[in-house]
Amino acid sequence: MFKRLQADTRKPVGIFVDGTAVTAREGDTVSAALLASGLDVRRTTAVSGAPRLPYCMMGVCFDCLVTVDGTGNRQGCLITVREGMRIEIQKGKREIGR
Amino acid sequence: MRNDYDIAVVGGGLLGSAIAWGLGRIGQRVVVLDEGDVTKRASRANFALVWVQSKGLGMPAYTVWTVRASETWAQLAADLKDQTGLDVCLQRNGGFHLALSEGELEQRANTLKRLHNQVGAADYQVEVMDRDRVAAMLPAIGPEVVGGTFCPLDGHVNSLRTFRAFHTGFKAFGVDYRPEHPVTAIAQSGGEFRLATPRGEIRAGKVVLAAGNANQALAPMVGLHAPMGPTRGQIVVTERTLPFLPHPLTTIRQTDEGTVMIGDSKEDLLDDSGLDLSISTVMADRARRTFPLLGRLNVVRTWSGIRVMPKDGFPVYDQSESHPGAFVACCHSGVTLASNHAYALAPMIAAGQLDATEVGAFTGRRFAAMATTGSGYY
Amino acid sequence: MSAGPTRSEYDVVVVGAGPAGLAAAATAAGAGLSTLLLDENAGPGGQVWRAIDTTPVRAPDLLGRDYWAGAGLVAEARASGAEILQGATVWGLDRNLEVAVSIGGGSRFVTARRVVLATGALERPFPIPGWTLPGVLTAGAAQTLLKSSGLVPEGRTVLAGQGPLLWLLAAQILRLGGGIDLILDTAERANWRQAWRYAPGFLFTPYFAKGLALMREVRAKVRVVSGVTALSAEGDGRVERVAYTAGGRRETVPVDTLLLHQGVVPNVNLAMAAGVKHAWDPIQLCWAPVLDETLATSVPGIAIAGDGAGIGGAPAAVVRGRIAGLAAVEALAPTAVRRGPSMETLRVARDRAERGRRFLDLLFRPSRAFRIPDGDTVVCRCEEVTARDIRDAVAIGATGPNQLKAYRRAGMGPCQGRLCGLTVTELMAEARGMTPEEIGYYRLRPPVKPITLAELADMPQSESAVRAVVR
Ligand SMILES: Cc1cc2nc3c(=O)[nH]c(=O)nc-3n(C[C@H](O)[C@H](O)[C@H](O)COP(=O)(O)OP(=O)(O)OC[C@H]3O[C@@H](n4cnc5c(N)ncnc54)[C@H](O)[C@@H]3O)c2cc1C
Ligand code: FES
Repeated sequence: MFKRLQADTRKPVGIFVDGTAVTAREGDTVSAALLASGLDVRRTTAVSGAPRLPYCMMGVCFDCLVTVDGTGNRQGCLITVREGMRIEIQKGKREIGR
Repeated sequence: MRNDYDIAVVGGGLLGSAIAWGLGRIGQRVVVLDEGDVTKRASRANFALVWVQSKGLGMPAYTVWTVRASETWAQLAADLKDQTGLDVCLQRNGGFHLALSEGELEQRANTLKRLHNQVGAADYQVEVMDRDRVAAMLPAIGPEVVGGTFCPLDGHVNSLRTFRAFHTGFKAFGVDYRPEHPVTAIAQSGGEFRLATPRGEIRAGKVVLAAGNANQALAPMVGLHAPMGPTRGQIVVTERTLPFLPHPLTTIRQTDEGTVMIGDSKEDLLDDSGLDLSISTVMADRARRTFPLLGRLNVVRTWSGIRVMPKDGFPVYDQSESHPGAFVACCHSGVTLASNHAYALAPMIAAGQLDATEVGAFTGRRFAAMATTGSGYY
Repeated sequence: MSAGPTRSEYDVVVVGAGPAGLAAAATAAGAGLSTLLLDENAGPGGQVWRAIDTTPVRAPDLLGRDYWAGAGLVAEARASGAEILQGATVWGLDRNLEVAVSIGGGSRFVTARRVVLATGALERPFPIPGWTLPGVLTAGAAQTLLKSSGLVPEGRTVLAGQGPLLWLLAAQILRLGGGIDLILDTAERANWRQAWRYAPGFLFTPYFAKGLALMREVRAKVRVVSGVTALSAEGDGRVERVAYTAGGRRETVPVDTLLLHQGVVPNVNLAMAAGVKHAWDPIQLCWAPVLDETLATSVPGIAIAGDGAGIGGAPAAVVRGRIAGLAAVEALAPTAVRRGPSMETLRVARDRAERGRRFLDLLFRPSRAFRIPDGDTVVCRCEEVTARDIRDAVAIGATGPNQLKAYRRAGMGPCQGRLCGLTVTELMAEARGMTPEEIGYYRLRPPVKPITLAELADMPQSESAVRAVVR
């Protein structure tokens, strides 16, 4: 959905999205990395199961919820990527143990 | 002159709404007079238990009344569903009170024993369970849980949807709901009641005071007595999660929507605009010790609400001798007792006479006796 | 757990490290007050100067001079002696000036003698049919992606709405080599009638020339449809088309990304939860705190600076931040040596910075069609409550947002009303024939941002609190 600048010289950061290796850049938020990944990263809501993607990118709307390193419902737009981070796209309600 | 309404119900919380729905159902012409958007309304702040265990220490009749409500709730849920299409999600498969220490468990067991030993108490089953038996039914409990009590009659409901269902339903019965009509004065003349509100006078043949703690001030206007001792309760709510808790607890329950509610604090404070974060912390800490997995969930909201609480903790249902046709009704557990209010109390009010064998114990006159002897139940 | 604040008490705690917060913290700390600046983002700058330390978009003219202007203030704040914590989410504030903050997954309280809230603005809700579809974002979201990660939309891109930010974003996307297929301008032509009286004030502001230049730059490259009166996003599982009406004609265009914007409004949640009195601003069509000359609120010790005090833009935010900072200095350290401008000078500067605002407010007043939706359009994104649901609730007696919550759960999700609150107030006001002020707003309480239960459980427990729970 979004493409990177050619002149972006930031260091690559390797993350996993549902097990697929994705190269993000240092300083990317999780949501930015997902939107630039070219993957289908739509989550579905806990209320009706409707598909959603990040909407505000500033911590307001909670449409960017993802599971990060095993913890559910984190706001992807507020978290910066780290090498080796494991991201899972959430479908519906989170499980309590994660 | 013909009255505008057969009955005016003052207060549109769960109690007033259940009564109004019950009255509308049997063809009464009813008006409900309520306050506006920002008001102390326990009906919006409660914990939504339909609860039997531990109710009635000091008044066996209250236990009987509560068991009866629990038994007719399924009918209420079905009737509301039929009429409005709204599923209030009544779940009545038994509920727990869990203890985090031997001391807590013992104290709980003693309370329940005293309750059962009262003469005239309803005979229903409450079991004291050890940790293993609890774990078999609630696998998610943490290591600190030593045991608990279980009552198969206990359950819970979606109380906000119940509230909406009553309001949707009584409208369909032709009940006239008037928010932003706080009642400031009531007078009886010429065989009818005149209720003063900032938006004009309302006239009705009978009046039911169901205004929560405000009943204390309203009741004397029609020769009734309803001394109140409200307390503040706080609730913490988490985000939605997949179902993990098959039974409600006195302090923790998972709603049909998936959120987890944590509650049951009690303070002698009447300001529901603020809350004490330290109390939320204690509740969160106990919830996490009870179910360690809860620790990872996000808390999305907290709030405080003022409990409607008659002075001795038991319901007040009464009719006026000086002002025939005036009734008062207030109680703490308006969710639990909703079915009684709709099916039992409303018909008595319509008939103009409370049935002394059923609700005589709840008269407000008991407080006069309390004052003279100087001892109460509180 | 990341490093928290070094102390538990400060003279001044500032919330938000945008223009206003940086200025307030620099002013307070510069005069020797112990000052803590807390901000949720990874770096300082707020929305305007987002990622100013780290943006990959380094060529100065791409983001524009106004962006890089922030560097000076960031440096000043850093040199001022203020303690600056990023990744610090403030989720509670009360009348005792106790600030609850979450850092690295752990929470603590810090107390202050003065609190300056500089939490800025949010984009106004834009509740059109289909605005929840994947691929529909706010213009601000696209701008954040662009500033912090150098990302531009790929595929067919449509911008819709109005206001200065929309044009700025369009120019920035184009400068970075992104494509825009169409701009749908929803500005109401009739707005000129109210706005023109204030035009003279505006003509002498730097905004005027800049605004014109931006629009010219964008129009030269992108087709712009003006006078759009209806808008909807359509698609199965993601946005595929945008349908619009202009000049009475309905058109549909295919789209991969739809970016919406119709202005910004104050972010009021924290202030409201602290009990700060707010009033409806009938021109900006939003809630704004009731403030005195020095930006003090109705709660003693709490001041609000920046766009959270009413939308004024970045230059005004800086001046407001300095005013709030200086007011704290005057109250707490009246004899401190002051290096910056006097209160008098700041007031004049503030008037200058706010000049022309009225014109913009009136010219870019969003029209009813885009504020008060109909039918099945979602209003509350979290709980998926529609405009029809809300009107139905009014029909059975909901008088305001709080009874609506009880009936329908609107505003009860994690965003806590930030994306539905204004719509709900205005929709109910219209449905009941009352003013928004009369309808009111959701009652808000901490945590104003979600924290984990464990985090809450790890906070200090008072004896009385234990007694209130363990009985
Ligand atoms: C924290 C908490 C937890 C609870 N948990 C449970 C539970 O788990 N299970 C359970 O069964 N119960 C529970 N309750 C209690 C339950 O919510 C109440 O019993 C019930 O809401 C009482 O209904 P009510 O109509 O008497 O009072 P309210 O709901 O408070 O309604 C009173 C109404 O009267 C109106 N009013 C007041 N004065 C006037 C006037 N002068 N004129 C017109 N209108 C007026 C008010 O605006 C309000 O609408 C809980 C309560 C609280 C606060
Ligand atoms: S995208 Fe809106 S909160 Fe993250």
